[in-house]
Amino acid sequence: MTGCMQAVASRRDRAAFAELFQYYGPRVKSYLMRLGTDDESAEELMQEAMLLVWRKAEQFDATKAAAGTWIFAIARNLRVDALRRQKRPEIDHEDPALVPDGDPRADILVEREEQWERVRAALRSLPREQAHVIEMSFFDDKPHSEIAAELNLPLGTVKSRIRLAMGRIRNAMGDEQ
Amino acid sequence: MTPHHHASDELLLAYAAGRLDESLALLVATHLALCPHCRAEVERMEVLGGTIIEDLPPAPVASDALDVVLDRLDEEWEGPPARSRMEKIEDESARMLPQPLRDYLGGRLNTLKWRKLGPGVRQFQIIPRREGIATSLLRIAPNTAIPHHGHGGSEHTLVLAGSYMDETGQFRRGDVQSADDELTHRPVSGGEEECYCLIVADAPLRFTGLAGRILQPFLRF
Repeated sequence: MTGCMQAVASRRDRAAFAELFQYYGPRVKSYLMRLGTDDESAEELMQEAMLLVWRKAEQFDATKAAAGTWIFAIARNLRVDALRRQKRPEIDHEDPALVPDGDPRADILVEREEQWERVRAALRSLPREQAHVIEMSFFDDKPHSEIAAELNLPLGTVKSRIRLAMGRIRNAMGDEQ
Repeated sequence: MTPHHHASDELLLAYAAGRLDESLALLVATHLALCPHCRAEVERMEVLGGTIIEDLPPAPVASDALDVVLDRLDEEWEGPPARSRMEKIEDESARMLPQPLRDYLGGRLNTLKWRKLGPGVRQFQIIPRREGIATSLLRIAPNTAIPHHGHGGSEHTLVLAGSYMDETGQFRRGDVQSADDELTHRPVSGGEEECYCLIVADAPLRFTGLAGRILQPFLRF
């Protein structure tokens, strides 16, 4: 899909956009509905999000993100704007006050696409209970204390499952810490 | 120097997922500008979010959805308004503020309308209080103690300049302290310079000592 995204970015390729739409449209809509948006609003927001994918395509940088990550961020921000009617404060990478990263990672150009596949594989191989708290953290508007109460677990267990899951994701991405 | 006290996984995940209220999102984004460690963590969480979504069962979309969007591809689009950057700095003291916060303060810091809360302590409200959430800057003179207090809810503090110390450690530029109703503390600002903090609280502070109880009516964070 990153190839399609690049074709849209560099040549405004409509056929590539249609392919992106067929693949991501239903998934973006599914994401919005999973967050509690009703069918009609989710449809509308999904169409707006995909339109933004076209409009902002020039900003897509395959060395920084896989297509899926980038489209997810667009849908997420659109939802914050539309449903909460709030701004989403974001960092500005050109900001002189920004504390820069330490050593740029040597493998920064290791294909994001490949990294993406590895994270996907890592996510699928997470123990069920770790995957569950990660998903709840992403989709349910609840603090971790409520997630813990719902799962009948001590808060510390929820926290450690998240830490373990993030450790596996870090390894999958090749980030040692 | 990079921060030692990081935002919790819970805050970072909620920010990556787009579930944080604007006030806390502002605090996290400002921390991220100062903390490469958490910035990398949020990037990983965003990759994770993308892969989770990719594995969701696709939802049926309207039969004409693609045509509707294709028809709109050539519409004029102005794009988002350009960001105000350093050229909009109105007073030099604001130069040390990371961008997400500068967007809210209009390039000012010392010249904001600070409200005096107590000896050596001034406050500026950044976002009007809503749903019980207060978002403010605190400006504390060097070597000033905030009376011993507990927290009726959650309170998150991000240090922007100077430092403070309490029973749990020392906090400097970029550091985050998240307090819940179990923490009671008596923070004291460092002697080197004024301490500026961004504070997001969802309930008023509870003061435990006599000095605190007298101050309480004035200290409405």
